[in-house]
Amino acid sequence: MSCEIRPTGSMRWGDRMADIGIALPDLLRLVQAHLFLSGCAVAAALLVGLPTAILAARNRRIGAPMLGLISLLQTIPGLALLALFYPLLLLAGRASGLPIPALGFLPALLALGVYALLPIVRNGVAAIRGIDPALVEAADGLGMTGPQRLLLVELPLGAPVILAGIRTAAVWTIGTATLATTIGQPSLGDLIFSGLQTEDWRRVLVGCIAAAALALLIDFVLALMESGLAVRSRGRLGAGIALLLTIVAGAVLPIPDRTGSVGTAPGRTIIVGAKNFSEQYILADLIETRLRKAGYRTERRDNLGSAIAYRALAAGDIDVYVDYSGTLWANVLSRTDTPPAKAMLETLGRELAQRDKVRLLGSLGFENAYAFAMSRKRAQVLGIGDLGDLARASPRLRLATDLEFLNRPEWRAVENHYHPSFSAARAYSPTFMYRALGDGSADVITAFSSDGRISAMDLVTLSDPRGALPHYDAVLLLAPRPAREARVVAALQPLIGRIDIGMMRGANWMVDRDNDKRTPREASAWLAAKIGPAM
Amino acid sequence: MISFSQVTKHYAGRPVVEGISLSIARGAFVALVGQSGAGKTTLLKAINRLVEIDSGAITIDGEDVTALPLAALRRRTGYVFQGIGLFPHMSVAENIWLVPRLQGVPIDGRAERVARLLELVALPPVLADRYPAQLSGGQAQRVGFARALAAEPSLMLMDEPFGALDPVTRSELGRAYRALHERMGLTSLLVTHDMAEALLLADRIIVLGEGHILADLPPRELLAYRGHANVQAMIDVVRDQTDRLDALGRSDG
Ligand SMILES: Nc1ncnc2c1ncn2[C@@H]1O[C@H](COP(=O)(O)OP(=O)(O)O)[C@@H](O)[C@H]1O
Ligand SMILES: [Mg+2]
Repeated sequence: MSCEIRPTGSMRWGDRMADIGIALPDLLRLVQAHLFLSGCAVAAALLVGLPTAILAARNRRIGAPMLGLISLLQTIPGLALLALFYPLLLLAGRASGLPIPALGFLPALLALGVYALLPIVRNGVAAIRGIDPALVEAADGLGMTGPQRLLLVELPLGAPVILAGIRTAAVWTIGTATLATTIGQPSLGDLIFSGLQTEDWRRVLVGCIAAAALALLIDFVLALMESGLAVRSRGRLGAGIALLLTIVAGAVLPIPDRTGSVGTAPGRTIIVGAKNFSEQYILADLIETRLRKAGYRTERRDNLGSAIAYRALAAGDIDVYVDYSGTLWANVLSRTDTPPAKAMLETLGRELAQRDKVRLLGSLGFENAYAFAMSRKRAQVLGIGDLGDLARASPRLRLATDLEFLNRPEWRAVENHYHPSFSAARAYSPTFMYRALGDGSADVITAFSSDGRISAMDLVTLSDPRGALPHYDAVLLLAPRPAREARVVAALQPLIGRIDIGMMRGANWMVDRDNDKRTPREASAWLAAKIGPAM
Repeated sequence: MISFSQVTKHYAGRPVVEGISLSIARGAFVALVGQSGAGKTTLLKAINRLVEIDSGAITIDGEDVTALPLAALRRRTGYVFQGIGLFPHMSVAENIWLVPRLQGVPIDGRAERVARLLELVALPPVLADRYPAQLSGGQAQRVGFARALAAEPSLMLMDEPFGALDPVTRSELGRAYRALHERMGLTSLLVTHDMAEALLLADRIIVLGEGHILADLPPRELLAYRGHANVQAMIDVVRDQTDRLDALGRSDG
């Protein structure tokens, strides 16, 4: 492990934990976030579910449709449910004019809460309906009012069954909370999702094991309480409650952050967004480091869907992230033309500011665009330097693309401008596309220009003299509020134009390669060192 | 004094109790007898409004029960039933103390009062800290009586309270309750399908059949009753049994 990429500062555990792909304080912070979110979701479900259960148990006419509805909600896949709350909250915010956050904690809480509802309501109804009718008659005969009967008889007697429902809900919720990362709420899913994206199996494993351990721990504690209630053992119940309180305390206790201080940095908290691939994680880490040096606290919203990220920024749910000019051009401005890079950036800067008060701070200095790539040697031998050369040589060449390229407008544009006719054109998943090039079963591939494999495999990307392919300059975007804050702008300005394609490929390669794999944070530290003293 | 006037109750369009009028004097011990499904339970529960009647009126000391606050009505009426209904998560003392607790009586007097109530139903004071699961059936129903008596009601409603007990315990507890009835000056309504039990315990026996009063007589006169065939059959069973037992005793000696 080379020293240059080692993150600086007081990462005391950093070195020891490097072999599991994450520093211990960061892992603990994710565990905390995960526990806190799951706990709040179960608590919210309890708050809604228990009264619902009582109502449903008392009144069968309400009960049956209510349970039906809750079961129906349960059948919605967890990911879809989470994603559904984003537009719902956005609409609610717009309709009510209130500043309702559509991303992060609130939608995660709501979706997980809905998920936790079923076992709580179902067991609650069963608990209350399952009480010996003789006891209900006795309670009534003695003159208990409805609430007294509930408090003195039905809830205490139903408690073990109700708690069993809470237990099921808690275990489900802890599992499902890993998905919260997709709507920008930190959880152990951050490790799993980013690990999957960067094929860093240590991170995936650590995330899964940590989530499973949490679920088992909570299950054990609630089982202890449940059996304490069932056999009326004060000791067991007490031990369970004590453990639970310890866990709750653990979930809210402050953990020293990366700079060693206990989260008391003076500035406000800036939320950094990232989509779901290595480059985005690395750049978000780089942005975080800059902001922390400027005295801000930072939070991350990772794995944002491409459609969500920009809307989240415009709505102020995230403060800053990196997007690509071509993506914004097509998705946000709904444009289909392909102007030169400079014109595109100017128009974007003007229109985004006008429309959403979003500030395009500038291009980082590299593109992550579709590019045709081939081995340097073969390109030299065949005398191919640009797409025109490629088209002329194409009848003797085989093209390998990713799964969607041949159906994309980019391919049609290339065909219209250069008229290639490859002897074969096959679509692969990205990993196999590179293998096809490596083992000679393809001559040309459609790569993403900042992919680390381009440098690592010594490939060349072919230029596009007729401007068929749209530009995808990596650009730094600021939400309306930070856009007006001079200190934020000053902290991030030095990144503009400083990251060339070679540097980005190098950083991406560190994270994406199979051997001597590094974490995005390590890669961002390497990148920071490369950018130089301005950093 | 309790009086019923034209009390009627239907279930699923079918009258279960129909046009019942009667009055029960303070201090009386009345047994409601009848075959299963005769409407005994319905009539009894109509008094503390565990059953709401369709028409007619029930008054206690001149007050219509529907005019009384429900909880107050029930708390001042002792209610004992076959199911006993001791709460398994509460100790014997907590069970017995329930109605005073609901009434907001301070807890300081609890130990003493519970001990006295246990004594009243002939149970040792050590049982106070036990849980219902640790009691025999007879002990449990004695606690049931103690709980019903805890708020010092003047009226006791009992729905086959001895139904689940073995014959020895049953007769013992029956006699013990009769003694309490005398000592505390209670007004007692006992539902039973056992005519012998009714004849031996009550001062007045009301025989119900299909929602109507078939007979309403003191025990001695009921024994001499001639009239409704069903009533006669019920009395004949008792008489026949005693006759055969007598004969059995004579042939033995
Ligand atoms: N809650 C109820 N719903 C419908 N029918 C009932 C209900 N309670 C009692 N009944 C019917 O009313 C009749 C009288 O019941 P009940 O008063 O319990 O009789 P008893 O106590 O004399 O056996 C029976 O036919 C019984 O099936
Ligand atoms: Mg009955």
